[in-house]
Amino acid sequence: MTIRPRDHTHQPPALTPAYRSSQLRAPSHKPLRYAPSRTEATGPTFGHDLIGPTDHDLIINYARPGETAMGERIIVHGVLRDEDARPVPNALIEVWQANAGGRYRHKKDGYLAPLDPNFGGCGRMLTDGEGRFSFRTIRPGPYPWPNGGNDWRPAHIHFSIFGAAFAQRLITQMYFEGDPHIALCPIVQTIPDPGAIDRLTARLDMAHSVPMDIRAYRFDLVLRGRDQTLFENRMEGA
Amino acid sequence: MKETASQTAGPYVHIGCVPSVAGLEMYRGQDLGAKMLSPDVTGERITLHGVIHDGSGAPVTDAMIEIWQADAEGRFDNPAFLGWGRQATDAQTGAFRFDTILPGPVTQDDGTRHAPHILMWIVARGINLGLMTRVYFDDGPDPVLDQVPAARRQTLIAQRDGPKLRFDVHLQGAQETVFFDV
Ligand SMILES: [Fe+3]
Repeated sequence: MTIRPRDHTHQPPALTPAYRSSQLRAPSHKPLRYAPSRTEATGPTFGHDLIGPTDHDLIINYARPGETAMGERIIVHGVLRDEDARPVPNALIEVWQANAGGRYRHKKDGYLAPLDPNFGGCGRMLTDGEGRFSFRTIRPGPYPWPNGGNDWRPAHIHFSIFGAAFAQRLITQMYFEGDPHIALCPIVQTIPDPGAIDRLTARLDMAHSVPMDIRAYRFDLVLRGRDQTLFENRMEGA
Repeated sequence: MKETASQTAGPYVHIGCVPSVAGLEMYRGQDLGAKMLSPDVTGERITLHGVIHDGSGAPVTDAMIEIWQADAEGRFDNPAFLGWGRQATDAQTGAFRFDTILPGPVTQDDGTRHAPHILMWIVARGINLGLMTRVYFDDGPDPVLDQVPAARRQTLIAQRDGPKLRFDVHLQGAQETVFFDV
């Protein structure tokens, strides 16, 4: 089992000047490629005993007993697969986000919007045997950020995902269907492929909404494929 | 299907991955990956440490680093040693530190031997796709290291001082660390 080479046509390049922070943090050399070895094809596994009963429920996992986070109640759910459409089971997904007003519970975030005493802004879960995941949260607010102009992030939830192999490790962000800030955001627009941006955009899913309680959004994730292809053990880009 | 596009981890990655660094009390106060060692782990204890610098030489104070490594016998399936660690860089200095063991050489299915190494993955604000590199402890021979241009090879070799191994990362510039697309 090995890891298929990454298809960079769907990935942001390192240097994206309109996203200013990349200017001094993007390596100027092209990354070197080698045949993935046992190190890249293996990865850490996490047990179900790691996950507490409310870790995946951001509406209550930081709230005072009997209280809930402020904002639009939503379920986010989807399936984690690889590029061969195989579900990835028992994969750790961690999420974090701003509160309904666009404020993060982080000591470095000083945005004007208030903290919600009942919202921490993080959660985690393992995918089930079919690669499915689901968590409850509140819809985060957009927030302004320093990038040299009047830049606002679209509402988003950050995702960190482990696959079966460390080379599948991925961090990304989920956006919400219909948000006009998606097209305006220099971070979203680091992605060169419109289809890839569309796949980061969750869709309202009324079929999984609970009447008089909570609406659902559908968001599917894909990790790199693993296959038997033999690689020529030659460094590319060297 | 196509791999989901990456997006930067942003400046607040700590909330989701190392909440105590954000000042957030979650998951019973235990950051995942903070502790790699237990008394059951066999192998030479080492401290892998360094500083991440940006292209201006400034410390990168908001990064998250993960490492993945074999055990002292070069194996990835040791029940006593997960082989995975996660740390944030220091909010003032950009320094990081992992207390772990020296990995053994890894033998591949075809018998090829990789010299002891630790895989390192770096995410932060301004990094659009996580950066992967390998930390080595001497200059080989190794099938990966041997193919890196000689002039850049030293960026992949930790400098030893007793049990302390220093590995500074330069994201850009004259000393730019070699990163891999693997
Ligand atoms: Fe954010």
